[in-house]
Amino acid sequence: MHINPLERKWVYVSLGMVGLFVASIVLTAITEGVHPPSNVETVDSASLHLGDEFAEDKLGVRQQPDGSLRVTLVAARYGFYPNHIEIPADTPVTFRMASVDVLHAAHIPMTNMSTMVVPGYVSQITTTFPKPGDYPMLCNEYCGLGHDHMWSKVTVVAKEEWHGVAAAEQQGSKP
Amino acid sequence: MSDQEARRFVIDHFWVAFAAFALACVLGVYQVLERSGIIPAIQSPAVYFASVSTHGVLMAYVLTTFFIMGFGYYVATTSLKMPIWNKPLAKTGYWIALGGTVMAAIPLLLGKASVLYTFYPPVQANVLFYLGATLLVVGSWFWAGIMLVMLHQWKVAHPGETVPLPMYANAANAILWLWTSVGVALEMLFQLLPWALGLMDTIDVGLARTLFAWTLHPIVYFWLIPAYIAFYVFVPAAAGGKLFSDELARVSFIMIMVFGLPIGFHHLYVDPEQAAGWKLAHGIGTFAVAIPTLLTGFTVIASLEVAGRKRGGHGLFGWIGALPWRNPMVLAAILSLLMLMLGGFGGMINASYAMNTMVHNTAWVPGHFHLIFAGTVITMYFAIAYYLWPKLTGKQLCSASLPTLQLWSWFIGMAILTTPWHVLGLLGQPRRISDVTYNTLLTLAWDPYELAMILGGCVLLASALLFVYILFQTQTKGAEEPDRAVAYAEPLHPVVKLPAMLNGFGLWNRVILVLMIVSFAVPIGQFFFMDSFSPSAWGY
Ligand code: HEM
Ligand SMILES: [Cu+2]
Ligand SMILES: [Cu+2]
Repeated sequence: MHINPLERKWVYVSLGMVGLFVASIVLTAITEGVHPPSNVETVDSASLHLGDEFAEDKLGVRQQPDGSLRVTLVAARYGFYPNHIEIPADTPVTFRMASVDVLHAAHIPMTNMSTMVVPGYVSQITTTFPKPGDYPMLCNEYCGLGHDHMWSKVTVVAKEEWHGVAAAEQQGSKP
Repeated sequence: MSDQEARRFVIDHFWVAFAAFALACVLGVYQVLERSGIIPAIQSPAVYFASVSTHGVLMAYVLTTFFIMGFGYYVATTSLKMPIWNKPLAKTGYWIALGGTVMAAIPLLLGKASVLYTFYPPVQANVLFYLGATLLVVGSWFWAGIMLVMLHQWKVAHPGETVPLPMYANAANAILWLWTSVGVALEMLFQLLPWALGLMDTIDVGLARTLFAWTLHPIVYFWLIPAYIAFYVFVPAAAGGKLFSDELARVSFIMIMVFGLPIGFHHLYVDPEQAAGWKLAHGIGTFAVAIPTLLTGFTVIASLEVAGRKRGGHGLFGWIGALPWRNPMVLAAILSLLMLMLGGFGGMINASYAMNTMVHNTAWVPGHFHLIFAGTVITMYFAIAYYLWPKLTGKQLCSASLPTLQLWSWFIGMAILTTPWHVLGLLGQPRRISDVTYNTLLTLAWDPYELAMILGGCVLLASALLFVYILFQTQTKGAEEPDRAVAYAEPLHPVVKLPAMLNGFGLWNRVILVLMIVSFAVPIGQFFFMDSFSPSAWGY
């Protein structure tokens, strides 16, 4: 088999380049725990309202016993409920979401808060928002003819101005 | 089948492909107009999603499958110098695929199958849509089988000889397609069809998405391989040079086939039903499959350089100017490679395990695949059509300059369409929306890009219609073409002795089997042990 020397060099360059990309991904995954949302956890989507976690009065922003913040949301045609949440900047926030009907996906533009919401599964993603401001949370998986109107509001307030969960609750718990 | 009849058969495939393409381009322009919101009177989610579903199915399944089948028959008969094996079987396959296309088109156009070309459950379409799509795939299996039988017969009749490169690649594509389509076939047969027929009330969405992901990645290589075949065997000859390396070309096709298959989970990076480890494994494979594309880029550019220097080009870049830019095949290759470089860069971002979350399901994604699929791949389909049309119809192209105008306009239109589309994605715009008003500050920033996309769409539609016009005009009015023989490029260094593994597929099929079991057995198997909830059907 004939391989030109220049071609051989290019093969090495290609392998090196791809090797570098793969190495940086695998390294950050292992050492920093950088993974996309992937907790394989099932839920009965038909009776969310009866369950412990996704019942209507349990939704919204909650402080966990360890001080971390958790946002519990339900995705349903055509909105994310509660449809307005307020969270502090520079604080790790864990979103847990479930769908009552079809496929949806949640994305907060300019951030890495992005997950599919698949009926039958709980989507969980933890992230930190560095920049305060008003963000839309947009549904970005086709879920029916109202898909383009499926969104809700996320207000990220500066950490110092965050008045705790109770204040956020009042605004947010009613869908 | 006589030569004449075989050519007619190939032309029939191409016309189905290009008719689907032209119709879908009209829908494409309607879509960019509708979503921009500048004409309130045409705003309608129901029409928009019927249109996008039809456009996606026509482009991704009908145009490609028919083009690939027609091209495959042509490559097999001309490179092996054999008639099509079992003509009635081939015709049956063609009619099944065409029947399936019509069967799926009816509910699509009536708005009864607005489930998009990915048809993710639990949103349900009319059962005819699923039946039609299944028949299209079944018809293509006839083609794949015939390609493999022809390869086998040729090898039996020519013991120890090297399979011609175009046929080797074509057979690799047939094998790739058989493996690829198993995923969606399982989803259709065991989930979607029984569910749409009412035999099953609920559907396991996680399993369905996993099976679809099996198909969704390698299918893009099924579309791409004809373009790569043209890069390797037509472009060097058209430029007046030789193929830089026959062996490395084979290695590239094998790598695409082997690594392209077990990596579908990069479509599920942010899905909750698969665990991180599996996604990471598929992600690594996704980068591995970039290697054959890097090799292809090198070989094509090197082959072009050899040709440019032979034509008197000097210096580091002088050979580029010396290339025959007016030759449609050469021009297409240059434009197509340019789009491949940009699109490949975007693809690396998509493939990046974590970076993907920034662009997942945003407008970036259709921007990306229009650039690389509607751009890189389809540009080479155009070039193949221009090259083969005189050989197939016996008529000279009706004009020497119109094809170059058409190729340039497609390239420019694609640049105008996809650049803003990528930006919109970075600005967070979701894909698959019929309306861009969300009443937030952010979304106001989208408007100018929407307008640019309309301009791109109009240029593309004009280019598409020009393409169809050239083919039609040539076939009906062209002057007699004396040269009906196809010229496949000769390698710079003739192949003297080839290891058996570069001349057949036995080993590679076994490697694929092992890789598929490793990458999919547990992720698919888990659904049979997991206590998962399956929803019932939803309308849209
Ligand atoms: C006149 C040229 C074209 C225009 C203006 C155009 C425009 C569009 C638009 C606006 C969408 C909808 C995207 C969305 O709602 O997110 C779309 C979808 C799509 N296009 Fe094109 N397109 C063109 C040509 C092509 C070509 C040549 C191909 C491939 C060969 C192609 C493949 C697709 C596919 C597969 C989809 C479905 C995407 C989905 O379901 O998310 N398009 N196109
Ligand atoms: Cu949606
Ligand atoms: Cu893919």
